[in-house]
Amino acid sequence: MTAIDSPVLTADGTPLKASLRRALRREKARAFLLVSPLLLFVLLTFIAPIADMLFRSVENGIVHDTIPRTVQALRNWDPEQGGSPGDDVFEAFYTDMVFAVERKSHTRLGSRLNYERTGLASLFRKSGRRVGKFDTTDYADAFTTLDQAWEDPRTWDALAVSEGASLPRTASVHATWREVVRTDGGDPLEEEPWDVLYAALYADLMQAPAGGFDNPLLNDARTAAAGLEPVSLREQFGAIDEDWLDPQVWRTIRTYAGRYTPGYFLNSVDLKLTADGVQYRDEGDRIYILLFGRTLYMSLVITISCILLGYPVAFLLANLPLRTANILMILVLLPFWTSLLVRTSSWKVLLQQQGVINDILVALRIVDDASRLILINNQTGTIIAMTHILLPFMILPLYSVMKTIPPSYVRAAKSLGATDWTAFWRVYFPNSVPGIGAGSVLVFILAIGYYITPELVGGTRGVFISNRIAYHISSSLNWGLAAALGTILLFAVLILYWTYDRIVGIDNVKLGG
Amino acid sequence: MKLKKTVLAAAALALAVGPTAVSAQLADDITLVSWGGAYQKSQHRAYVEPYIADNPEVTAVWDESSYEAVAKLRAMNEAGNVTWDLVDVVASDAIRLCDEGLAMEIDHDELLAPAPDGSSASEDFGDLIVSDCFIPQIVYSTTFGYRTDMVGSTPPTDVCAVFDTATYPGKRSLEKRPINNMEWALICDGVPKADVYDVLETDEGQARAFAKLDTIKDDVIWWSAGADTPQLLADGEVVIGSTYNGRLFSVIEEQDQPVGMLWDAQVFDLDGWIIPVGLPADRLARAKDFVRFATDTQRLADQAKYISYGPARMSSAPLVGQHADLGIDMAPHMPTDPENAKNTFLYNYEWWADYRDDLDAKFQAWLAQ
Repeated sequence: MTAIDSPVLTADGTPLKASLRRALRREKARAFLLVSPLLLFVLLTFIAPIADMLFRSVENGIVHDTIPRTVQALRNWDPEQGGSPGDDVFEAFYTDMVFAVERKSHTRLGSRLNYERTGLASLFRKSGRRVGKFDTTDYADAFTTLDQAWEDPRTWDALAVSEGASLPRTASVHATWREVVRTDGGDPLEEEPWDVLYAALYADLMQAPAGGFDNPLLNDARTAAAGLEPVSLREQFGAIDEDWLDPQVWRTIRTYAGRYTPGYFLNSVDLKLTADGVQYRDEGDRIYILLFGRTLYMSLVITISCILLGYPVAFLLANLPLRTANILMILVLLPFWTSLLVRTSSWKVLLQQQGVINDILVALRIVDDASRLILINNQTGTIIAMTHILLPFMILPLYSVMKTIPPSYVRAAKSLGATDWTAFWRVYFPNSVPGIGAGSVLVFILAIGYYITPELVGGTRGVFISNRIAYHISSSLNWGLAAALGTILLFAVLILYWTYDRIVGIDNVKLGG
Repeated sequence: MKLKKTVLAAAALALAVGPTAVSAQLADDITLVSWGGAYQKSQHRAYVEPYIADNPEVTAVWDESSYEAVAKLRAMNEAGNVTWDLVDVVASDAIRLCDEGLAMEIDHDELLAPAPDGSSASEDFGDLIVSDCFIPQIVYSTTFGYRTDMVGSTPPTDVCAVFDTATYPGKRSLEKRPINNMEWALICDGVPKADVYDVLETDEGQARAFAKLDTIKDDVIWWSAGADTPQLLADGEVVIGSTYNGRLFSVIEEQDQPVGMLWDAQVFDLDGWIIPVGLPADRLARAKDFVRFATDTQRLADQAKYISYGPARMSSAPLVGQHADLGIDMAPHMPTDPENAKNTFLYNYEWWADYRDDLDAKFQAWLAQ
């Protein structure tokens, strides 16, 4: 009795259950170790870039990071009141710009905002050159004439600590200034104070009560400041360019001040985020919906052409004697091994109006010399060249599925009285459908992301959305928009895949066997 | 106000550069980025070969990535691993790279050699220094070539021949981007050259340019690679087409095709070097040493022996000689030759830096319709 109740033990005395579990765990760990290089590889080269792309399509930290004070000040500005923002915004913007110029990040912000409002790139570039030469230098001259101590960076350092509460602007600007000087490789205790510090001090002093400081240096400065001609930063910016006085410029900055923005996604579907909410783009600017539609439509046409052309070839390959089939197989694979560019360029030679096909047609008098066919630089060109390029991706899965259909099925059908056609259509074809499914998914997904071939032979109406993505990645540098377009394309493919799974069933897809 | 800072910086620079120059801590490898093809070859023969003859320890590697230099540099910069030392880009890309903080701002007079007559580099290059990061190298132009056997007895002399489908029937090729095409369209629609950008800034002006382009839209093959138009001309696919003048030179003089040059309203553009930011000290020193040599008066003049692009230095122009292989005088083939430059158009970089994104979207939408 006791022997049955007590757990079964292994030779070393541990319970069998625990021992088995441990063995299993070790097995699993070993299996995991074996797949881990691949897993790591996929994570690093596939999942991480996709996650990065998803993030880039909404990321917009540049505005906040470059001009934080302005963003803060703009929150209190009510654009509905009309007119440009108050002096506090210009004051904050002046400070931000001085530091941004020193960090050389203002032009980058300009290019970012130029995507939303044309003209801002040059406005920021131009202002960057002038912002260091503002009349705020008058403040600096006045204070340093008053007391030499202002020229000593240590004075500022001490004040920022002791009077931080009564001089909030000065303390804040001084903190950033120290950081910027350090990043430049300078020493904040040796660096001569910049105009922007004096401007902050002036603003602080003007708001402080007369004689309200314990420090005589500050009280003297306070008295002197009261007698100074104030420098209007609004006018200083207005003198660089009148656009700074345009409320629309500030509304754009305000609209895109957030750390995250839906702007790129809206742009990808021909909408735009304005200060008044989401709006349609102008008729002449709408392009992406059209391109998405065209990409899907042409990929579909290419997939269907591949089925129509590939099916008979695969059928022939699967049913010919091995020796002949192998030679045919090489003919299928040869273009597969040839460079994509070479094949595309060959299509140019063949298809153009003075090209081989047109020359033959004219020589055979099928086509008149004056009305040669236009086969390239349009949708026809893209469809012809891409069908050819993607054909092996249809033929190979079809072939491997057809190879596994036993010839006895068709023979059985025929022996039961079916005609050739009925035997093919009712018996052979249904068996080959998984191959069509696999080939179609392959061809369609490859086609949707193609860009070299459409670029070379597609002219204007035969280009895909991927050509625009490539343009934004390598030419316009609008990576946010490229990421948003890429994300939409990715999800479009996933949705199609899911629909396919629901309708046909992904289990029905066979790449062979 | 910032005098002290400047003095300190200059002192620091002198300290940094001083020992480098003396103990010659220069990297032995230099990676140059260019456009490939005949252009890169001309740079190799005119700059790199003589430089290596003087500095046999140096190995120069070419990377043909200038087409996507801006994107690649940005990616390298984000990854914190810049592998290029000197990058050849067009002026508009240099402005972009400078705006993005990816190219180094330089002091032209300090970095570059003075002209033989002693005038400073910035005087010698003059207006061609369009950005603080840009070291000009050549002046090239985008202009038209036409099939001499397809234009009858009246070869075109005016850029508006492109829009004249009655006199010159057949296809034409234009670049698949708004730059240059919009300007030509407005000029041929009667806008004076000086007002082109003012007109193009307005919605009506843009509509006007598109309306003019609409008249030939069905006859245009749009190109995206510089080699397209020469091939289309050689095949007789187009009767007239725009491309870079050096490409046309090689079609006409080297390949002997029945093609003629139409210099009217050629658009000047610049190509030159930029130094990426974030180079280690030894590589930076090598890049600076090389670029000083490669952009001196004689080297720029030498490049014109191999390709028909005009040297960016004024002092190089009188030194331009004959083609190294063909033995023909190169001066008459330069876009800057007075005979060719009777009617030229200046490409406004600043303006396009602002309007490029906006107009490109409109242009693509117009093409797609």
